Amino acid sequence: MELSKVYMLAAAALVAIGLFAILRTNHVVRQLLGINLLGNGIFLLLIAIAQAPADAPEEGLDPVPQAMVLTGIVVAVCATGFALTLIERYRAVSGCLTVKEGADAD
Amino acid sequence: MKTNIIASIISLALFGTLAHALIELPTNTSRLTSLVTANLDESGVSNPVTAVLLNFRSYDTLLEMGVLLLALIGAWAVGPRQTLPGHSDDTAMLIVLRLFVPPIILGAAYFLWVGAKEPGGAFQAGAILAGALVLLLITGRATWFHRDGWHRFFLSIGMLVFLSLAAAPMAMGSSLLDYPRSQAKHWILIIETAAMLSIAFTLVALLVGGRPHCKEIAD
Repeated sequence: MELSKVYMLAAAALVAIGLFAILRTNHVVRQLLGINLLGNGIFLLLIAIAQAPADAPEEGLDPVPQAMVLTGIVVAVCATGFALTLIERYRAVSGCLTVKEGADAD
Repeated sequence: MKTNIIASIISLALFGTLAHALIELPTNTSRLTSLVTANLDESGVSNPVTAVLLNFRSYDTLLEMGVLLLALIGAWAVGPRQTLPGHSDDTAMLIVLRLFVPPIILGAAYFLWVGAKEPGGAFQAGAILAGALVLLLITGRATWFHRDGWHRFFLSIGMLVFLSLAAAPMAMGSSLLDYPRSQAKHWILIIETAAMLSIAFTLVALLVGGRPHCKEIAD
């Protein structure tokens, strides 16, 4: 199997694990980690797509998906920071970190 | 338990679909690589990723600086800042500061400069510089970080410089972000320097979270 296909399968696995984490828990920090995992799967996919095709290795890496990943990482970090601020505020107001109504304080 | 089973089924189904689609995916046929390589000489830098980020698709990067600033404004709108650690006189911490902060700043400058021809650039440099700022902040050495004027100047300089340099070609009869080709290298370096400062300060401000207290503004 081509190496880029291995990366793509790993990316699919990361996306699925991320989605599982989001669906499985109602703990907001874990959900945020799930979203980050899902996003990282997509970044890995873009990196895999940037690989040169096996039949034309002289073409080298495609810089456009790589630049998109670099932009994506920064946006993801900022969104995570903002989400954490919101979560902190949510905890301060509601006293818990879960989204279920009437759940015990965490 | 029911949630577990449903979540597992949905996630496994997604993995199966994605894996099938990706295995069948034909190799990258758009191949923008040749387009980038062919025009690399005009971009002012020799690292293709930097050329894409700050020349061919600099509109993306301009908007990204906007996202950074928006995320911070959002965080500031949510509530006031937590109290930060005070001035620390811990010997180990001071040694760490003296040993690490100068090389980190030097490293950030190096990555900023080397981004023109090798992997590196404003984002990597900004992230490294943010590390030095965090070290200073947790030992209470960066009280100037709370001074409102400086704070906001560094947070917005990236966006301001990028916007002005993006609009400047329009005044010269060219289109948005169409830097003069002979000077593209210098324009990119100026934008990257400003962007690095803003990225570092925004990351640290997001880490601190919340808007500065009014008392700190009065100081």
